[in-house]
Amino acid sequence: MIKFNKYRSSKSLPPVSTASLPDIVFILLFFFMTVTVMKNQNLLVENTLPTATETEKLDKKDRVIIIYVGKPTADGNLTLGDEPRIQMDNKFITVDEVGDYALQALSSIPQHLRSVATVSIKADVGVKMGIIEDLKSELRMVNLLKINYTTYEGAVVDNI
Amino acid sequence: MKNHRLPQEVNAGSMADIAFLLLIFFLVTTSIENDAGINRSMPPEVNDAIVDIKERNLFEVSINDADLIMAEGDIINPKNLREKVIAFIDNGGLPMQEEGYCNYCKGDRMADSSENPDKAIISIKAQRNSGYPVYVAVQNEVIAAYNDLRNRESLRLFNTHYETIYSDYYNEEISEDQKGQLKERLEIIRALYPQKILEPETVNN
Repeated sequence: MIKFNKYRSSKSLPPVSTASLPDIVFILLFFFMTVTVMKNQNLLVENTLPTATETEKLDKKDRVIIIYVGKPTADGNLTLGDEPRIQMDNKFITVDEVGDYALQALSSIPQHLRSVATVSIKADVGVKMGIIEDLKSELRMVNLLKINYTTYEGAVVDNI
Repeated sequence: MKNHRLPQEVNAGSMADIAFLLLIFFLVTTSIENDAGINRSMPPEVNDAIVDIKERNLFEVSINDADLIMAEGDIINPKNLREKVIAFIDNGGLPMQEEGYCNYCKGDRMADSSENPDKAIISIKAQRNSGYPVYVAVQNEVIAAYNDLRNRESLRLFNTHYETIYSDYYNEEISEDQKGQLKERLEIIRALYPQKILEPETVNN
């Protein structure tokens, strides 16, 4: 203790300057500001995706149509019950409407990318295959044949 | 009087706090989007093609309401699915003299399994009450089986992994020449093990 006091009173060491701290924090801040993607879709359904290992990246956002499937969440609407529902463009749609909405989404994709448009199916782990099959046959009907079962990265045994 | 002598310096100490607040806000609101998944392409709606498939060339995987997976008539552990699919595709059952003999296959060459990888078809069937994650798992395992085999051939022929060729091909920074070469290689490997996955209409129950 005596030694410590001596050391402090001698004032041989100036305090570490924290003047550059704001700069460092600002750099971090700018990094996060640039990588942040503001969500333009409000999730109305539960959406815990299954896991898979053989995934391919969907990095080109301009040609992707996203369809969410899952149970309605509490803030979606409580009166909707527990049955899984399909969400596109911030609202619930029925299976029969999927084709129409998918075509509408397709028309907002630039012309030259329409032939490579991919439908990303983001379905919750609690969803049964029935609704997925219906969804797929609707998409086949409007000739959107490239689909992507969007998943998290991870071992498939977690699914079962 | 004091002010005249010593111009007041603005205290920048709180700048860090403000920046931290902003930083934490962006940290919290950032959602790293998961944009990866299993790509599949479905057959067109109008599909009148009827092809006769020999029973030995068809590998049926079914998922029931209780999410049990059945392959080739037996309930199997999902962990064994991949090796079963590999064994089936890579069987190469045709005798050596016959046309379509698979000279690169390393399977057991059984008489009751697929003739060659080109003829081998995997059928994935799910029921309406089967769980979606199980279906994804089955799809994943089947694709993994194909990828394993393609990888093996890619290593043998070009000494690179199939995934490397694939990801390089979609990398936009490569030259046209390289792209052409990669495309050629992809096509060679895909021709060796073409992905033939069949999805019959779901049975209603």
